[in-house]
This record gives sequence, C-alpha cells and structure tokens, in this order.
Amino acid sequence: MKTLILRTASNYMLPLLLVFSVFILLRGHYLPGGGFVGGLIASIAFVLHAFANGLGDTRKLLKFHPGFLMPAGLSVAFLSGISPIIFTGEPLMTGIWYPDSLPIVGNLGSALFFDIGVYLVVLGVTLTIIFSISESA
Amino acid sequence: MIQQLIFYPLIVQMLLAIVLMFVWSRIGWQRVISIVGSVLNLGVAVWLFISVWQNGTQAVQAGNWEAPFGITFVADTFAATLVLLTAIAGLAVSSFSAGSVISPRLKFGFFPIFHFLLLGLNGAFLTGDIFNLYVWFEIIIITSFVLLTIGGEKAQLEGAVKYFTLNVLASIVFLTAIAVLYGLTGSLNMADLASKVAAVENRTLVQVNALLFLVGFGIKSALFPLYFWLPASYHTPPSAVSAIFGGLLTKVGVYALIRVFTLIFEVDPFLENVLLAIAVLTLFSGAVGAIVQNNIRKIFSYLVICHIGYMIAGLGMMTEAAIAGAIFYIIHDIMVKTNLFMVSGVIYKIKANHNIKKLGDFYADHPKLSLLFAIPLFSLVGIPPLSGFWPKLSLISEGWNTENFAVIAAILFASFITLFVIVKLWGEVFWKTGAKLPEVRNFPYFNKLSKFRKTQMLAPIIFLAFVTLYLGFGAGNIQSLAERIAFELMDNQEYINTVLRK
Repeated sequence: MKTLILRTASNYMLPLLLVFSVFILLRGHYLPGGGFVGGLIASIAFVLHAFANGLGDTRKLLKFHPGFLMPAGLSVAFLSGISPIIFTGEPLMTGIWYPDSLPIVGNLGSALFFDIGVYLVVLGVTLTIIFSISESA
Repeated sequence: MIQQLIFYPLIVQMLLAIVLMFVWSRIGWQRVISIVGSVLNLGVAVWLFISVWQNGTQAVQAGNWEAPFGITFVADTFAATLVLLTAIAGLAVSSFSAGSVISPRLKFGFFPIFHFLLLGLNGAFLTGDIFNLYVWFEIIIITSFVLLTIGGEKAQLEGAVKYFTLNVLASIVFLTAIAVLYGLTGSLNMADLASKVAAVENRTLVQVNALLFLVGFGIKSALFPLYFWLPASYHTPPSAVSAIFGGLLTKVGVYALIRVFTLIFEVDPFLENVLLAIAVLTLFSGAVGAIVQNNIRKIFSYLVICHIGYMIAGLGMMTEAAIAGAIFYIIHDIMVKTNLFMVSGVIYKIKANHNIKKLGDFYADHPKLSLLFAIPLFSLVGIPPLSGFWPKLSLISEGWNTENFAVIAAILFASFITLFVIVKLWGEVFWKTGAKLPEVRNFPYFNKLSKFRKTQMLAPIIFLAFVTLYLGFGAGNIQSLAERIAFELMDNQEYINTVLRK
C-alpha cells in the first residue's frame, strides 16, 4: 500500500483527523460525539499513517508506546471522578463546573476531563491492538 | 470526605490497578505495590465495616443525583461484611500470587487485572442499582476471563471458552431480566424497585421475571443444572487465580440472589420450592461429582458447587434463622475455599502433580505443612468446633423447624460426602506411601524457590487458617453478625429508607 498518493495524502490527513477528533471530543457534551468516538477517529489518523508509511515510521512519530496512553487516560478519568470528593466534599463523579463559559470549549467542567480520559484510553487500546496485530501479520 | 467512605474500597482498587498499569513490565515493583495496596485496602474495608457496624446502613448517591434517578451505592452490614472478606481474601491471594505465579505470566499484566477484578467484586457488593450491578458483573467476567487465559496453555483456553460462553449467556439472561423489570416498573434503583414491584398488577410477569433473575444468577453461582462451566475451568489457571475464583466469584452470584430475593421480589411458595429443589440437587450433584475426581483442584471445584447448595437452601427456607445460617456459611466458605486452592497450589509446587492417586508421603516429608493444611481441610468438613460446623447446625435445625426434611437429608448427605472426600484426600495425599514421581524439568519446585518466595506463599495460608480458626472458636460473634445481617435482609425498611432518604 505504499503508493505516492496515499503517502502524500496521509501527511495532510493526520493533522486534519486529529483536529477533527478533538472537535468531536469537545462537541460531545450536548451533541453526538464524545471521548469514545473522538478516540477512535484519532486512532484512525495514526492507522492511516501506518498504512501509508509503515509501522516503524508511525512508532517514531508517536515517540512512546501507545499502551502507555491507557493508564494515562485512566488516571485522568479517575482524577476527574474523585475531584469532587477532594475539592467540594460532594460524592464521587459529581460534576464540578467552572462558572464562566470559555470560547471554543464552552462550559468547562470535570465531565470534560473524564471524556479526555476516555479519549486517551480508546486511542491507546485501539493503537495497541492494531499495532500488535499488524506486527505479527 | 467521611460520608464517601463507601467509595473508598472502589477508589483504592482502581488507583492500585492504574498505578500497576504504569509499571506494566516491572514485576518486582508490581509485587510490592500489590501487597502494600492490598494491606491498605484491608484497612479501608475494616474502617467501612466498623462504621457500618456502629452507624447502620449508609448510602451515597454517585454524581449527587438523587435516588431513584442516580446510581446509589449502599453499604449495609451484608455488603460491608463481603467487602471485608474480599479484602482479606484479596490480600492473601495477592501475596500468594507474588510468591507462586511465574514471572512470564506476571508480565502479561496479572496484577493490574487482579485488582480490576477486586474492583468489580467490591462494586458488585456495594452498588444499590440493578443495572450498575450488571456493569460490575461484566467487569468481573472480563477480568476473570483474562486471568484464566494468561499463560495461553491449551487446557486454559479450552476451560476459558466454556467459562466465558456460559457466563456471557448468564449476563444476557440477567440483562433481559433487567429490561423486563424496567419495563414493568420504570426504575432501576433496588430500594425503589422494592415497593414498585410489589405494586405491579401483572403478577405472572413478575414471577417469570424473578425466574429469569434466578437463571441468570444461577449460572453465575454454579447452581444445578447450570454449573458445568465451573469444573471445566477452575483447575486450569495458576492456583492463585483458582483461589480468588473459588473463594469469591460464585459467591457474588449468591450475594446477588440473596439481595434480589430479599429486597426486590417477594418469595412466594412456588419460588421457595424451586429454590429448595435446586439447593438439594446442587448439594447432591456437587457431592457426587467430588467423589469420582482424582485431580485435587477438580475435587475442590466440585466441592465449591456442592457447598453453594447450603447457601441456597438457607435462602430457600426464607426464615431469618435460615438466612443467618446461609450468611455464616458464605463467610466461612469464602475464607476456606480461597485457602484450599492455595493449599493445592503449594502441594503442586512441591510435587509437580495434581493427581491424588500419584501423590503421597506428604505427611512424612512435610509434617508441619500437613498440620497447617489440615486446618482448612477439616474446617471445610465442619468437624466441631471448626467453622464449617456452626452454619450447618443452624441450617439443619431451621430445616427441622420448617419441616423441610429433604433439605436436611441433602445437607447431611453432602456433609457426609465432603467428609468422605476430604478423608480420602488426606489418606491419599498425606498418609499414603506414594510412588516416586519423575522430576519435571524446568519446573519451579518449592524447595528451589528463595526463602522470601516461600514465605510469600505460606504466610497467606497461615493468615487465612487463623481467620478460619477465629470463625470456628469465635462462632458466637460471627453468629450475631450473621443474625444482624439476616434481620436487615428480612426487614428491608432500613435499607429502603436510607437509600430514598425518607
């Protein structure tokens, strides 16, 4: 699959898809989208890059093992879950919201960080699975 | 922060699993973190138990959404006791795994998955929401499937496929039952369901729904005739994994059965008879299965099935004293079965064999270990004053009061067969002069291990043996605990009022 067209296209697609995945992630609070879909789209970006340029190049691009994203994402989600216990004394997973609305992001709250955690876990799991399958193939 | 004490067992296990994932390939660190974390978790569980014992049932709404709309976490004495037992068994098995499981297996994420399993168990005990219970069951199935298959031996995969197929089937039945229940009542909160189910006019559908729950949980707790996945899978993974499975996994199913049939559904005479018939058949078939086996772990697997029958018999009689007997039996069974599978692991490490026909000479070679192993073995039989005796006594006397003579006969039969099987095992493995077993190459024999590893394997057995002895000699305390739990289960008003804040 190492055609010139795909390789050239993938160089443009990678950042585009990543930005789109972040858009989907942020959109997810009130509209269809969210961490899970966003993570899948982000992993598609890297999978496409791996198809066009080979697995080695994608690994170099990532710089770390994608499996590392799983505990990282889990800890982000975990911290957002226990933050109400620590900060406001409310039960686990209660939403804490920043009072003012921000541009682009909208309302900022602990739910967003939970979604970011899901995003990272999904990205990590998908890339680990696909990388190990294509390595053994 | 103290009000959220109920979440702490969950938070500790989740935190442990995440930290362990960060050190995925550093086995040495994982061993230390897992054991230290399990000690911490035991502390939290004791704290929760004391708090519930002193202040009564507690409830917290996750996400601060008021019940019945949010997910409630409830700690009544039953849940707190089981969380405490999970913590004790978890600590024991964590130390035992650190000593006994070979490092190529540990490298596949044994410890993180193990703590996710404990997270699932704690969650299942503490949740007050029937759909959330389903989610915790899923966590338990997925993690236990991974633990079963780590190592990738042929026998393991075969057992795991059977295990997974039947348990997923159980989950589907359970999910269907939840869907029907939600369609009938429009609620998923167990305390809220208690009153809403009683108000449903279509009683037939409620009864069918109750039977669906019985089938779903029945597969998970290995009741007759749905237990075949258990003896097919429990003897395949490392003994540390069998220990946590044999001790706790089936008991989650029993916990769910007791919870659902004391809180949500009113048990009518028909259901009572079904439960009693299942209990008798489970006692009978598990006992008969145990006689014919020669593999130590298969014997224990069948005894796991057999002894589930006692608990269901207690539930089926549906009197306070009978349920107290069943609760006592659960407490006793979790400690003893966990310990027995660890014992079988040590025997395997010493002799490199599981077949009781080929084993022998154990008492002559290791007299001190044999005496240690005698404690869990004979507690299981229930020789007075060891722990198995007291719950059977209350079950039999309650069977007499409610005139369920078939149940008494089955209980006596199962106790007798258990005695026979354990004595046979004792004679074959410990007293018999066995043939010399061929040396297995590259096998991590017990005496080749470092002293530290040996301690890590034997300390949890000694620890659980002491717990078992306490259950036997301090039976008065455990009985009053079981009676308090039974009282709370039969008179569920406190549970409902705590959750719904009436």
